[in-house]
Amino acid sequence: MSPIERDRPWMIRTYSGHSSAARSNELYRSNLAKGQTGLSVAFDLPTQTGYDADHSLARGEVGKVGVPICSIDDMQTLFDGIPLERMNTSMTINATAPWLLALYVATAERQNVSPNQLSGTTQNDIIKEYLSRGTYVFPPEASMRLTTDVVAHTVAEIPKWNPVNICSYHLQEAGATPVQEIAYSIANAIAVLDSVRDRADLPDGALPRAFGRISFFVNAGIRFVEEVCKVRAMSAMWDELGRDRYGVEDAKLRRFRYGVQVNSLGLTEAQPENNVVRIALEALGVTLSKNARTRSLQLPAWNEALGLPRPWDQQWSLRTQQILAYETDLLEYQDIFDGSHVIEGRTSELREEAEAELRRVLDMGGAVAAVENAYMKQRLVESHTARVRAIENGEQTVIGVNQFTETEPSLLTAGEGAILKVDDTAEREQVERLNAHRAGRNDADVQAALQNLKDVVAQGGNVLPPSIRAAQTGVTTGEWTQQLRDTFGEYRAPTGVTAAASSAPSDSNDRVRESVRDISNQLGRPLKMLVGKPGLDGHSNGAEQIAVKARDVGIEVVYDGIRLTPEEIVQSARDEGVHVIGLSILSGSHGVLVIDVLNGLRESGLAGLPVVVGGIIPDEDARELESAGVKRVYTPKDFDLTAIMNDVVAVVSEQNANA
Amino acid sequence: MPDLAKRLLARDRDAVSEALNLIDDRRPAERDAALAMLAAVERGSSAGGAYRIGITGAPGAGKSTLLDACVRELRAADATVGIIAVDPSSQRSGGALLGDRFRMRSSARDPGVFVRSMAARERLGGLADATHAGVEILASVFDYVFVETVGVGQSEGDVAHQVDTTIFVAQPGAGDMLQFMKAGVLELPDVFVVNKADLGAVAERTASELSAGLGLGESKSSGWKAPVLMLSARDGSGIGEMLNAAREHRTALEKSGELQVRRADARANHVSEALTRRFGSYGVERIGGSEALRTRIRDTCRTEDASAFELLSQLADEVEILLAERAETTTP
Repeated sequence: MSPIERDRPWMIRTYSGHSSAARSNELYRSNLAKGQTGLSVAFDLPTQTGYDADHSLARGEVGKVGVPICSIDDMQTLFDGIPLERMNTSMTINATAPWLLALYVATAERQNVSPNQLSGTTQNDIIKEYLSRGTYVFPPEASMRLTTDVVAHTVAEIPKWNPVNICSYHLQEAGATPVQEIAYSIANAIAVLDSVRDRADLPDGALPRAFGRISFFVNAGIRFVEEVCKVRAMSAMWDELGRDRYGVEDAKLRRFRYGVQVNSLGLTEAQPENNVVRIALEALGVTLSKNARTRSLQLPAWNEALGLPRPWDQQWSLRTQQILAYETDLLEYQDIFDGSHVIEGRTSELREEAEAELRRVLDMGGAVAAVENAYMKQRLVESHTARVRAIENGEQTVIGVNQFTETEPSLLTAGEGAILKVDDTAEREQVERLNAHRAGRNDADVQAALQNLKDVVAQGGNVLPPSIRAAQTGVTTGEWTQQLRDTFGEYRAPTGVTAAASSAPSDSNDRVRESVRDISNQLGRPLKMLVGKPGLDGHSNGAEQIAVKARDVGIEVVYDGIRLTPEEIVQSARDEGVHVIGLSILSGSHGVLVIDVLNGLRESGLAGLPVVVGGIIPDEDARELESAGVKRVYTPKDFDLTAIMNDVVAVVSEQNANA
Repeated sequence: MPDLAKRLLARDRDAVSEALNLIDDRRPAERDAALAMLAAVERGSSAGGAYRIGITGAPGAGKSTLLDACVRELRAADATVGIIAVDPSSQRSGGALLGDRFRMRSSARDPGVFVRSMAARERLGGLADATHAGVEILASVFDYVFVETVGVGQSEGDVAHQVDTTIFVAQPGAGDMLQFMKAGVLELPDVFVVNKADLGAVAERTASELSAGLGLGESKSSGWKAPVLMLSARDGSGIGEMLNAAREHRTALEKSGELQVRRADARANHVSEALTRRFGSYGVERIGGSEALRTRIRDTCRTEDASAFELLSQLADEVEILLAERAETTTP
């Protein structure tokens, strides 16, 4: 036997960041000390959607789901003591990707590190934001231009950078089947690459290099054998696409390079310790096959359905990766599936179906067209509806949720401090830092840099150089984005729910429908519900599922999509004449936003309008919301939508009886 | 006069939602209250009132974006806007998903814009029962009233009967002329627009097909020839021209006296439909049959100070009395 030559392990990261640049820097340094080999930065929602911490839309969101970065001062603090020339940094940033990359480059310059020494990734995938994640800002055309600006700039100036990380991850979170995940992410990559190819400023011969820098961000679900086949199918399709569509001759540049965060959708709030096992198995799906192995891996924390993970929870995920990479014999073998006709068979099936679906999207004009006409979004909403139903009626087993639900009390989730709470002072302190920053900069320089940004963009130049200059003069995230909002306008993507096909008829729906009819008769007109998503959080799957289900039980539902202010929700509730409001918030900012809605209703004379809330809401917060007047609070453990609908009817009945 | 009617006539925005809820209420007492309120509003509204515009077209034609652009344009000129947006109801469940069309950042806290979504209820592709009355309510408070519907089947007809001007939004490459003609969409609209003009040649082809198709049919309003315009709702180009064309149509209607006739017919239409819905064709037969009824309603609605809603409540009483008598005479 030949001596064992271990493969190099993948890059080991944890998606993290919260509260402030200083607190996040502390966390990064301790994670690196524990053996993490790369960084993965989570930004807060105001940073992702281009608002400064003191903007009205940022209220309640600052430092919640990630680190707030308003200016180069914050960026310097974030990477303080971390030498950027030796770090590989992945940034989950999309609409404002050119800006955060500009801040990163400017920060490196202050560390005397030149751009060509930098390596890392900007997610910079806008199409999936329209489909799933919701942190888009500009219309598709302008967004595509900004995306390819980053590609063109990095290919020339930051050669080790991955300018775009095409995400199949969020498609699976939005309910995509493996076939949809493959087809839509490749359609998305084609949209980006076609626009890169069509750019006049792309140097001759740069297209193959650009192709070689496009990476993917893939999801890995619990059906891990199929996931092995999925990544093998994607590798093969990517190779062929490079060769046939873009004429990439160098096989190395056609390699399917991808990073992974394993599935969060399947993590349960019930018996949350089981999630550790799910996470480990999901990691297998993207590491087992050497030829299609992930380049970098991030594992979620076991308790993220309960709230924000603590450093200890993140450490557990880190150790899981390390055991897989360093303790097992996984890295000692060539591809263990070579010659397996079972794996090959499933891989071909997935590939064929995905190619057919891909053709359908390309035939309607490609991924951008399929966003604008809501085709992909509708298919995703339908798949997700089918999944939720399958769990509800037991066709799909989820241990601890719809089977084997008997349990001892959890010893891990008990007591104070079982989840991390973002300090309520985070927002105020960030605003103070922002004000100090504004006071300390040269206003004339800032205005000149903003003017320069505007001019360059208007003339069709690349957005990166003027953005880097703006970063150095101290322009803020909100100012940069506003300048481009003024130029490009803002966009609202179709929600995809109005045309989503309804689920198959079911007895349970029929029963709820009857009670909807009864209460409608009592009310004098059909029960009408507003489903609202306040705040900057764009994860709309939950709200969409509720909206579709409510329609299927006979309710007239008003749903206007994401990113509404409490004032907008109150006005909509009044003008639309609804009987009940359902709010969905996953960013953890429920404390502020729900209370704002309740106050707004009171001020508009609608104090009696019942409000129910769904989201990732710790018990303690739920009790606070209920004492503030919220009628019901739902968390991820409430997977039974039929039960929720019965509840909604009951809440309206109670209200009507008291009126 | 009912208090709610007084508030509407004083253009109190806060009364609008309450009034719309009331006209949707099927309980007998509320139904009577709604008719009384509507009759008072109809009488009290200044002659002419708001300009009513219908917007219709196939799904995906860009109606919402177009409406969005219209609102911006009108708000910039300080005109207030009320909108009724109709979506189909699910045939199976009776529920509906509304919204998803249009809610601008700028209008969210703007009291000069009001949006009410309505489900078409059992009338697939048609307007909601409450639309006609809803238009009356919005027309008493706002300067412009828009009714937006997905254009399938009969809804063009329904919209055209309830507004002064109907705008049909076509999207480029949406099919050949034959399809338009089959769908009967060419007969009723007063203004045609081809959206997404930025697509170039394909948009121009659709526009010229539409123009050619219109040349074949007969024009319905005296002297008005429906124009075909190209615009881009996304960047707002051509919106001003579209609104101007709509205003020209209205001026033409006013000059020819057809505006009053149209509105009267819209009211008449509402009354006869409402009666049929409530009492069925049997009930309508009891008061002389649909032809005689329609003539009677139309004649009444065309007189100066008639109230369609008052008439509706009178006729409903008549039918009820006749049905009751009939029941007595047939009972041994």
